[in-house]
Amino acid sequence: MRHRLFVSGLVLLGLMVLMAIFADLLATHNPVQVRARFRFRPPSFDNFFGTDNFGRDIYTRVVYGARLSISIGFAVVLLTAIAGTAIGLISGYVRRLDNFLMRIMDALMAFPTIILALALSAALGPSAFNIVVALSVVYTPRVARVVRASVLVVREADYVHAAQAVGASNLRIMIEHILPNSMAPLVVQLSFVFAYAVIAEAVLSFLGVGPPPPTPSWGSIIAEGKDYIREAAWITLFPGIAIAMTVLGLNLLGDGLRDVLDPRMNVDNR
Amino acid sequence: MGRYIVQRVLAAFPVLLIVTLISFCIMQLVPGDPAVVMAGPQATAKEVEQVRVQLGLDKPFLTQLGTWLYGLLQGDLGRSILLGRGVSQAIGERLPITLTLALLSFLLTVAIGIPAGVIAALRQNTWIDQTVMTVALIGVSLPNFWLGLMLIIFFSVVLDLLPAGGYVTLSQGFWPWFKSLLLPSLSLGLLQMGLLARITRSTMLEVLRQDYIRTARAKGLPAFKVVAKHAFKNALIPIVTIIGIIFSLLLTGSVVIETVYSLPGLGRLLATSIFSRDYPVIQGGLLLTAAMFVGINLLVDVLYAFLDPRVRYD
Repeated sequence: MRHRLFVSGLVLLGLMVLMAIFADLLATHNPVQVRARFRFRPPSFDNFFGTDNFGRDIYTRVVYGARLSISIGFAVVLLTAIAGTAIGLISGYVRRLDNFLMRIMDALMAFPTIILALALSAALGPSAFNIVVALSVVYTPRVARVVRASVLVVREADYVHAAQAVGASNLRIMIEHILPNSMAPLVVQLSFVFAYAVIAEAVLSFLGVGPPPPTPSWGSIIAEGKDYIREAAWITLFPGIAIAMTVLGLNLLGDGLRDVLDPRMNVDNR
Repeated sequence: MGRYIVQRVLAAFPVLLIVTLISFCIMQLVPGDPAVVMAGPQATAKEVEQVRVQLGLDKPFLTQLGTWLYGLLQGDLGRSILLGRGVSQAIGERLPITLTLALLSFLLTVAIGIPAGVIAALRQNTWIDQTVMTVALIGVSLPNFWLGLMLIIFFSVVLDLLPAGGYVTLSQGFWPWFKSLLLPSLSLGLLQMGLLARITRSTMLEVLRQDYIRTARAKGLPAFKVVAKHAFKNALIPIVTIIGIIFSLLLTGSVVIETVYSLPGLGRLLATSIFSRDYPVIQGGLLLTAAMFVGINLLVDVLYAFLDPRVRYD
């Protein structure tokens, strides 16, 4: 049962990633070309998901939106993984720095994520890169805390004491012994960070601090469709389904990974 | 217990201090000259200078910080550039709407999320469990602003039952007020409902496997009493700890939900201030929301120690 959910998560996410990679092949129209004559066409064989107020093909824009969302999500995962692992490792292993680093992480986590990300990306200016920076700042503490927690457990393990006894350097112990054994919760957390990042990117684009138009982003397509939900609900409907499918896939994947990698949480299978 | 509370309060202070610093420093992040950015593209050199003096940007960083902190201690967060009035005042007017929305969402979340999780745990691996968990998983995966728009399409456009947006004050009548907040709090709450249902289910499952539950059952207690008194009370402890997270999610969500439903709350104020680069308001709003979160977490910590005496002696 759990296994099946994990696989369906993998399939869902895989589909979205494929859509992002092969966007050029899958697209049926030009994603940014304005065609006034074709405004507000409902879904049809020519325009699978209908057209928007500029006559642009929603299906094509959703397909290209996947490229943006998935790459932003992936970049955020990569950055938070690096920063979060470094901070978590140092904090968990070098006790003198622990209190200092963790209070900063606590403070960052105290801000409501979207509000902080919104303020950061507004300060930095609207672009895909700045969204990645803002979201990485916001989600790094979550990763750091998870890594730190598992480091605290692992550092008391016998093999770490053994490594210390034979005189291995701290850096070496951290990277060769502690890091690989703290991997499982990290991977689980990262799959959820990916999911948060996809939603957060959509929210930021919806609010207007995303990549500037006409770049197709799921959030900004929804924002444009918002004013026409009475006449042309399809503009809003389809990008939302795309977000939901991506996030659902990631959540299923995260749940599945947790069940496999973290037996303590695995109460459902007993 | 007293010592524990003092300890927690003391631990919250450095966090609050860093939160304050971060809130203030956001303005320093703006590339280039914040005064130019804020005065707008058409401003003359004189107007830019005016903004600079008004914000105290002509003074050194530490002086600016000192002035801001000094004002903060007196409850003065500076003046909004756009609204032309005190930040504290502007926030004070908007905050009740956001808190009402958050509270209503919270009530919905608890009233639906916890029972759903308990029922799913009691009927583990049946169709009831699977349905509840599927709905919860979908709830966790839907972007709330999109859900908000879908609810508008269904309940306002198709059925014409509820308003599509706008805020009605309580003084204009309970039902109109409630109706104006129902869709926003539903779309704001669904994510948290799913989260709470999932956590309630897994902690209940864990507790239901404990020996004392078997004992309670073996000594012939009625099933309801076993679940309500022995199992649920203990499952409550982990549930309480995520209340802080839920509150933060509700505040986060309010920014976008208030935008979708045109509610004049704090979230909407912050979003518009961010667009108009009204930095004093952004600083104040960031500080306030983060401070509320720290406060709530402090409360949760104390509540946690109250519910689980083991925590106090840790």
